[in-house]
Amino acid sequence: MSSSIDQLISKDYEHGFITDVETDTIPPGLDEDVIRVISGKKNEPAFMLEWRLKAYRRWLSMKEPRWPNVKYAPIDYQALSYYSAPKSVKQLQSLDEVDPELIRTYEKLGIPLLEQKRLSGVAVDAIFDSVSVGTTMREELSKVGVIFCSLGEALREHPELVEKYLGSVVPYSDNFFAALNSAVFSDGSFVYIPKGVRCPMDLSTYFRINAADTGQFERTLIVADEGSYVSYLEGCTAPKRSTNQLHAAVVELVALKGATIKYSTVQNWYAGDAEGVGGIYNFVTKRGKAAENAKISWTQVETGSAITWKYPSVILQGDNSVGEFYSVAVVNNHQQADTGTKMIHIGRNTKSNIVSKGISAGQGQNSYRGQVKVLAKAENARNYTQCDSMLVGNRCGAHTFPYIEVGNNTATVEHEASTSKIGEDQIFYLKQRGLSAEQAVSMIVSGFCKEVFKELPMEFALEAQQLLGITLEGSVG
Amino acid sequence: MTTGYQESFARFSAHQAAAAPAHVSELRRKGIERFAALGFPTTRNEDWHFTSVSPIAEHDFTMLVEASGDVRKTHIEQYLFCPNDWYALVFVNGRFAPELSTIAELPAGVTVMPLAKAYVDAPELVSRIGTQVDAETQAFSALNSAFMLDGSVVHIEKDVELTRPIHLVYVTDPHAAKGMTHPRNLIVSDANSRATVIESYVSVGSATYFTNAVTEVSVAQGATLHHYKIQRESARAFHVGTIQVEQARDSHYFSFSFATGAQLSRTNVYTLLAGEGCGATLNGLYMLDDAQHGDHQTLIVHREPNCYSRELYKGVLDAQSHGVFNGKVYVHPEAQKTDGKQTNKVLLLSERAQIDAKPQLEIFADDVKCTHGATVGQLDQVSLFYMKSRGVGNELARRLLTYAFAADVIETLEQPSVRDELEAITLARFNVAELPAGELAGAETVGA
Amino acid sequence: MLKIDNLRANAGDKEILKGLSLNVNAGEVHAVMGPNGSGKSTLAQVLAGNPAYEVTSGSVTYNGQDLLELDAEVRAQQGVFLAFQYPVEIPGVSNAYFLRMAYNEIRKARGEEEVDPMEFADLMDEKLNFVEMDSAMLTRSVNTGFSGGEKKRNEILQMALLEPKLAILDETDSGLDIDALRIVADGVNKLKRPDNATIVVTHYQRLLNYIVPDFVHVLANGRIVKSGGKELALELEAKGYDWVTGAGAAA
Repeated sequence: MSSSIDQLISKDYEHGFITDVETDTIPPGLDEDVIRVISGKKNEPAFMLEWRLKAYRRWLSMKEPRWPNVKYAPIDYQALSYYSAPKSVKQLQSLDEVDPELIRTYEKLGIPLLEQKRLSGVAVDAIFDSVSVGTTMREELSKVGVIFCSLGEALREHPELVEKYLGSVVPYSDNFFAALNSAVFSDGSFVYIPKGVRCPMDLSTYFRINAADTGQFERTLIVADEGSYVSYLEGCTAPKRSTNQLHAAVVELVALKGATIKYSTVQNWYAGDAEGVGGIYNFVTKRGKAAENAKISWTQVETGSAITWKYPSVILQGDNSVGEFYSVAVVNNHQQADTGTKMIHIGRNTKSNIVSKGISAGQGQNSYRGQVKVLAKAENARNYTQCDSMLVGNRCGAHTFPYIEVGNNTATVEHEASTSKIGEDQIFYLKQRGLSAEQAVSMIVSGFCKEVFKELPMEFALEAQQLLGITLEGSVG
Repeated sequence: MTTGYQESFARFSAHQAAAAPAHVSELRRKGIERFAALGFPTTRNEDWHFTSVSPIAEHDFTMLVEASGDVRKTHIEQYLFCPNDWYALVFVNGRFAPELSTIAELPAGVTVMPLAKAYVDAPELVSRIGTQVDAETQAFSALNSAFMLDGSVVHIEKDVELTRPIHLVYVTDPHAAKGMTHPRNLIVSDANSRATVIESYVSVGSATYFTNAVTEVSVAQGATLHHYKIQRESARAFHVGTIQVEQARDSHYFSFSFATGAQLSRTNVYTLLAGEGCGATLNGLYMLDDAQHGDHQTLIVHREPNCYSRELYKGVLDAQSHGVFNGKVYVHPEAQKTDGKQTNKVLLLSERAQIDAKPQLEIFADDVKCTHGATVGQLDQVSLFYMKSRGVGNELARRLLTYAFAADVIETLEQPSVRDELEAITLARFNVAELPAGELAGAETVGA
Repeated sequence: MLKIDNLRANAGDKEILKGLSLNVNAGEVHAVMGPNGSGKSTLAQVLAGNPAYEVTSGSVTYNGQDLLELDAEVRAQQGVFLAFQYPVEIPGVSNAYFLRMAYNEIRKARGEEEVDPMEFADLMDEKLNFVEMDSAMLTRSVNTGFSGGEKKRNEILQMALLEPKLAILDETDSGLDIDALRIVADGVNKLKRPDNATIVVTHYQRLLNYIVPDFVHVLANGRIVKSGGKELALELEAKGYDWVTGAGAAA
């Protein structure tokens, strides 16, 4: 059956179009002047430039990590352009002023920005290459004191909040890509939920890479003040290009006492073609810090990118804090993913729960890498990890690398992992009931991923399920 | 760090007692060359991430070339299991001690002899040394090859079924203080043979010394080998041991590693399932106390289809001891229908005990069933409560449950005398010797 | 309706069916009996189109077309239903979702309108009563964690829902207690119509006390060695398979 399985892989990437807009792109290359230019373009406060330069100098002394279980040719950091923005994006008074070409782009991607067409119950920040195109629903949000804007704008409007929290979870020295991001990040989303506020709608950022030969280095900062709640969604797409593009983002979540942040990602960057040419290198640092009684929950559905390297993590600093990680990672064709999480238990009675579902098809290589660390003072820490892999076809690989480090004897840490193939008997059973091979695979895979999908907000869950169907289409026959 | 070893090597290879065939000299030369190039592994090396060997590197150990020591049979009887029934080769401070050994009545088709004798008497077997172990990239194996002097050579010929176990005993006494030994063993099980080989690393007295052993094992078609390693070195000793196994079609290999000794120990058990239909069982129990550091690394490579592997490792860590378990199951693309199951359970008895575990699966074949599970925790509170509600005092209940946790792995041993002895050691360790062993064994005690 | 002519099929390298012929007309119930390893289950799997079995020669005509040319799902859409001996578990997929999807695929193939979840729920209530099943099983994952009896009843539920033209019951009685057996058999009997046919594959005569066959065939060594009416089953029960396979007599 494997040969027929292989025949099914070939559905086109539907977000692969290119938007034709005039851009303001700085020439390739990276030095301190480039960083000054980026900072200058964004009219940033002085502390920001200083921080960027420190990060840059630190980055120069760092080495690109080689430990992830992925292979790629060396990246020439001097050949990339570090800033690209559509010329038409200026300081806009209202979304009605946004370039219609950009509005059309987002509409095509299923993200209506204009008032009359907006999705109900979701506020959207649309990021196009290096800048934010616009943010919807701002008035409604400001009524309850929620700040949702681009990070660039936050630096101008709320510099004290940014200065206080930026780098507080992921310091610029954290790792090679985080240092690079800290030096050159161009935009991203900023969220602040005031004390005791339950954010009235889901917040969402939609990232779009459009320009060629640029890197995208966005940075997201979410601060949930004491006792607040927010659900945040993130989506990503890029045009089909035959060269690889670097996306090195940083996401920092700060959940103060009793706050809850739910962060959901559907990552569908261009993955390269069937021969493995092109696609996004998705090297991302995502981390949250949970104070006493706070909860941070990461849910991700990773179907895109040529290479994924990311470990959304939670530092469980406060007593009784909770960290969760729910992940579906799918690799097909020549995609490689090395993804997982880190749960660092510092406070007492901290809990973490990890559910990872990896699906490998084609010649894809999927690695789960997860660290559960219980420090000496973390009395009664609890972790449960479940990590399942499914193989579709016989040229792919699934790898599981858990690191369990326990330094407190009152901890309970449990890890379970399994790897199995998609069952021929399952496919035949479903076909015998009238379903096509595609429907059968899609149904089996959805069932396999159910525990993760149920963590996603409704609209996202549907999108994720469809995406999965599309991604695996062509993988079974 | 390696200069001392290079100088030591120069003296060693010039020593009269080190005379060996050309094949061995060549392995030694390559070994020191590779060791000099590699140096001791650091914690940046993924395989040594949780174990720092700098305490070994910082010592200046002397190679023990000539026979030394003052060990009598009465000193070591407690380590010999069945002193009168088994075939035993005993080594003191790295050198063969004939007066302590019992290999007189070996049946036909079985060779058991010290390596230094095999250089002359069994060149065929000696030529197989160095074919399995990786002395290219593994520093300790390179170092063992460089200082290869004595050890054991075991050969079970085709169709021979040996009922009595072969025991290879490495004893170190205070004369070995600040010394190092590099025992090198070769076990060859020919087609359809069946045998049990036990390696013991034990100590008389409490000297500080360094044992760095390498055992190469080949299990031919249809053969069955039970291979136990008992590590009860002195509490001050350093112990590194590597077992490298290659299995042919339809062979079965059962490994058991028991470790309670040494201040710093590392045991590697690697097996390659190189033929269809073979199976490997890798079990182990480590019990550490005080500031002991004990590291186990296992690797099971499935290269051919229709093989199974089973692994059960348990650790009981007390005081501020530090346990490390790193188990990898690797499945090649050709190894379809692989059935692999790995379990690792650790009980932390004290507040300051620490465990780092890394159970890994690397799978490149699609039609496989592989699972692994790892748990770390305290005694199951429900079991504890249950026992207390039946009138068993808290302390005794704890000890009982701890014993039961450990005994569960010992139960998997086929050789009754070893099983009984290890059970007795474990009972004594947890002070439950007054209770009948048979009524306790096998309970599962780590909480959910 | 179904004409099997000199059918030969392999599982792996091994030939299991060695020239089997059988005719089934609409309105008939055929029992195929035989000792273990005689090829009963292989016949059921081959008719349903399991790619694990390879047909090496012979033909199968179903309502005038070459059945062997059709993919498993097309056979299902055209009314061929197999009640599996070992129903497959599909974790995470609810029974209700699975049943609705299967039902709609088959309706689509017949050029009928798909039904929405509301209509479907009403339909299911009726079918559940039919096999005396609780609606709670609709929310459980397909066959996952079901008892042996529940799995078999779930098969009959699907049969009731999909209304096949040709139903093949592969050892549906195995592992059932007498109550479950009665429910399953009642279900099958109620579904019997002049325009459909049933093939009951079984090792024991027991099921045939409940599902009365028009014809009984004895399969041995990949062939039908004896055919007769329902009395044949009783005779077999009394005399054992050696009686027809000749294993005892010939030795």
